[in-house]
Amino acid sequence: MTARERIAGNVANYVDERTGAAAWMKKNLNKVFPDHWSFLLGEIALYSFIILLLSGTFLTFWFDPSQREVIYDGEYQPLAGLEMSAAYASTLDISFEIRGGLLMRQIHHWAALFFMVAIVVHLMRVYFTGAFRKPREFNWIIGVGLLTLGIVEGFLGYSLPDDLLSGTGIRIAEAIIQAIPVVGTYLAFFAFGGAFPGEAFIPRIFIVHVLILPAIFLALITVHLMLVWYQKHTQYPGPGRTEKNVVGYPLMPVYMAKAGGFFFVVFGVTTFIAAVASINPIWLYGPYTPGQISAGSQPDWYMGWLDGLVRMAPPLESYLFGYTISWNILIPGLIIPGLMFTGLALYPFIESWITGDKREHHLLDRPRNAPNRTAIGAMALTFTLVALINGGNDIIAQQFDLSINQIMWFSRIGIIVLPPIAFVITKRICISLQRSDRELVLHGKETGRLVRLPHGEFVEIHEELSPEKKWLLTSHEQNGPLELPEIDKSGVRRPSAIRNKLRSRMSQANAEVAPKVTGKDLNEIEHH
Amino acid sequence: MAHELEAISDPGIPPHVHRKADEDPIAAKRAERQVAILFSLSSLGTLLFIFSYVAIPDDIFIFLPVMGNTNAHQLFLGLGLAFSLFFIGIGAIHWAKTLMPDNEVTVQRHEFRSTEEDRKEFVKTAKEGAAAAGLGRRSLIKRSLGLSLGLVGLSPLLLLRDLGPLPEDSLTKTSWKAGTRLVTDPGDRPIKPEDLEVGAVAQVLPELPPGEDHHKLSDIAKDAVLLIRLRPEEFNLDAERLSWTHEGIIAFSKICSHMGCAVALYEQQTKHLLCPCHQSTFDVTRAAKVLFGPAARPLPQLALALDSEGYLIAKEPFNEPVGPSFWERSS
Repeated sequence: MTARERIAGNVANYVDERTGAAAWMKKNLNKVFPDHWSFLLGEIALYSFIILLLSGTFLTFWFDPSQREVIYDGEYQPLAGLEMSAAYASTLDISFEIRGGLLMRQIHHWAALFFMVAIVVHLMRVYFTGAFRKPREFNWIIGVGLLTLGIVEGFLGYSLPDDLLSGTGIRIAEAIIQAIPVVGTYLAFFAFGGAFPGEAFIPRIFIVHVLILPAIFLALITVHLMLVWYQKHTQYPGPGRTEKNVVGYPLMPVYMAKAGGFFFVVFGVTTFIAAVASINPIWLYGPYTPGQISAGSQPDWYMGWLDGLVRMAPPLESYLFGYTISWNILIPGLIIPGLMFTGLALYPFIESWITGDKREHHLLDRPRNAPNRTAIGAMALTFTLVALINGGNDIIAQQFDLSINQIMWFSRIGIIVLPPIAFVITKRICISLQRSDRELVLHGKETGRLVRLPHGEFVEIHEELSPEKKWLLTSHEQNGPLELPEIDKSGVRRPSAIRNKLRSRMSQANAEVAPKVTGKDLNEIEHH
Repeated sequence: MAHELEAISDPGIPPHVHRKADEDPIAAKRAERQVAILFSLSSLGTLLFIFSYVAIPDDIFIFLPVMGNTNAHQLFLGLGLAFSLFFIGIGAIHWAKTLMPDNEVTVQRHEFRSTEEDRKEFVKTAKEGAAAAGLGRRSLIKRSLGLSLGLVGLSPLLLLRDLGPLPEDSLTKTSWKAGTRLVTDPGDRPIKPEDLEVGAVAQVLPELPPGEDHHKLSDIAKDAVLLIRLRPEEFNLDAERLSWTHEGIIAFSKICSHMGCAVALYEQQTKHLLCPCHQSTFDVTRAAKVLFGPAARPLPQLALALDSEGYLIAKEPFNEPVGPSFWERSS
């Protein structure tokens, strides 16, 4: 035993005698993780969060979250002598006077953008592969919660510097609060400590941004990861992989090295982009004042679809008994996003109600093998994308020399017409891909080699697939629709007939597939 | 699913293929060197970081293609940090991929459902616990506890009351009163009609009361007004609204009636005002009627007049609340 081993042994012994950690560690250091590039998306979100904590903590050492008015006398000459809030002045100081301050600000902002991108793409991976199915519904809901909080956290973060652009964003947020029927005006006055903009809002959102929301994030992320750990990761289908096993690499050492290394890669890439690409140059916008604005005001990308919805809303307001209801704000600002996030959170339960499937699933679906789910996803993405495009309608109009009115009308019509079209097209593509899988299994791969037969016919040689590939293309389940007879066994009409009818209609739509290859099909081929 | 049809069977995990470094000691040695080089590149990155922090002054700019002029201090500080982080990561991953064991392992999953015994035991324990506390029998305790738990939640809510004052009439009032002079923003100079040429636009605020030298932001948020001068014959207004203009000068609240952004874009050719936030478009010649976009109401118009010294004044206060709608707004 070398001296180093003896010391390590002593330390381990000391800790284990006090915690009993050895048994737990022994089991968990051998934890097996399946490997796939798409499993890295969640990791990017996690690492971006850590980068945000580190860079954000650095920024708090100099940032002064106060709307107290000061006269700027810092290094940035174009704003010298101007009245501005201490929040804005201290952000200028971080950018121009603290060495590495601008770099840290840019790392923080870029990391926030990547955090949201990673969350959304991770969510898409989980959705399109069906990873949210039993037993992972809780983790899906936690994920939707993290997405929602991420949007709020990001908005609060870029509102803190109190520049002209972010102040405009706060103004819009205030108008949304104010539009809530009955209590809106009161809520706005409580949130802002009086009339907009007041001097209370930035100190308040600062504590929400740096303490309350990060604490909730930490708690939710911890539970999210513990559940992944405890329930074991899902895996893609393939030879040797079943619902009952996990095939992958052990945590120690391979996964630790790869995941730890990947953290540094994400941090390095974020830093590189922050070093070369300027983001949110607040000194160009000037301090916030409610009477001014810059053209082309744009929120960060994850707010863009909300802004796009607000932009395309028709000018509807109701005046009833001396009260005003602003549908033009309520519908795009609160009602549609509320419905979208509720639908997103409930999706696992809706799908399992339609399929009647209450079993555990640990093997992921290939998106084509769940045409209905994939099509619903494409529909939701199309809706959001049209909204996002409309959120940048002014920039698009300028860059492509189009009329803003035309883009707005395209969005207003497109947001209703395009999602159903996306649904139909995606579903057809999925089923066609299933057919092409079927072709591949039955007739093999086209090789491009033409052979002339003795009697003159030309044929292309098809190469039979490997057994692994065949298994991959045929191992998925194809369950028929639910049987929900309108009349029960004793000949009585069921009371919930309408609900059952709806359910069985949806279940039928859900079960529409191109039948996969069975042994019988292969036998027939052989006998030809 | 009929089992005899499943002629395509699971071929099982493919056999393990060894990497070059697993079999060839020279390749393993090479991989080791590569990892070491990557880690050393990281160290060089840190050296660049330290050098930039200490030695590159923060007023040197260098030109980057696409990115334009970039501050050299921030740039090299960032590049140093980026390299020092990135190459640690790449080194570790390369190490894992080339030298650490790459045998795939299969482990079995466990069922999450507890055993029947455990479930029964749990239900029994829970029931016994509840029975021991007597919640079912002692309804007086249950009800009073429910009441007090419900009420205790009120205290923190009540404590939040002082977050802000009640709105009262604050949203319906601005600083504009009959006779308030219009002053430039910035500059606070009173304005005569001849200061404004036809086609010109000016942002104005109400003159400060004596003794004040400073417009509060929460006042500007309601008081900001846009002054536009057209040729009088270009207006298409009813008699009352026409009487609120002065020699072709018309004044609107600059705070958008949709969500409160500053309506700052004036198209001189079309005489349209455009809000840059959500593209609500207002027609200046027709009392800021909404032509397009999500705004539901015209911008409130301020009635103008001249005082005895010939300066522009408000003839009367706004006759409706400015800015975005709110519940208590009456029309």
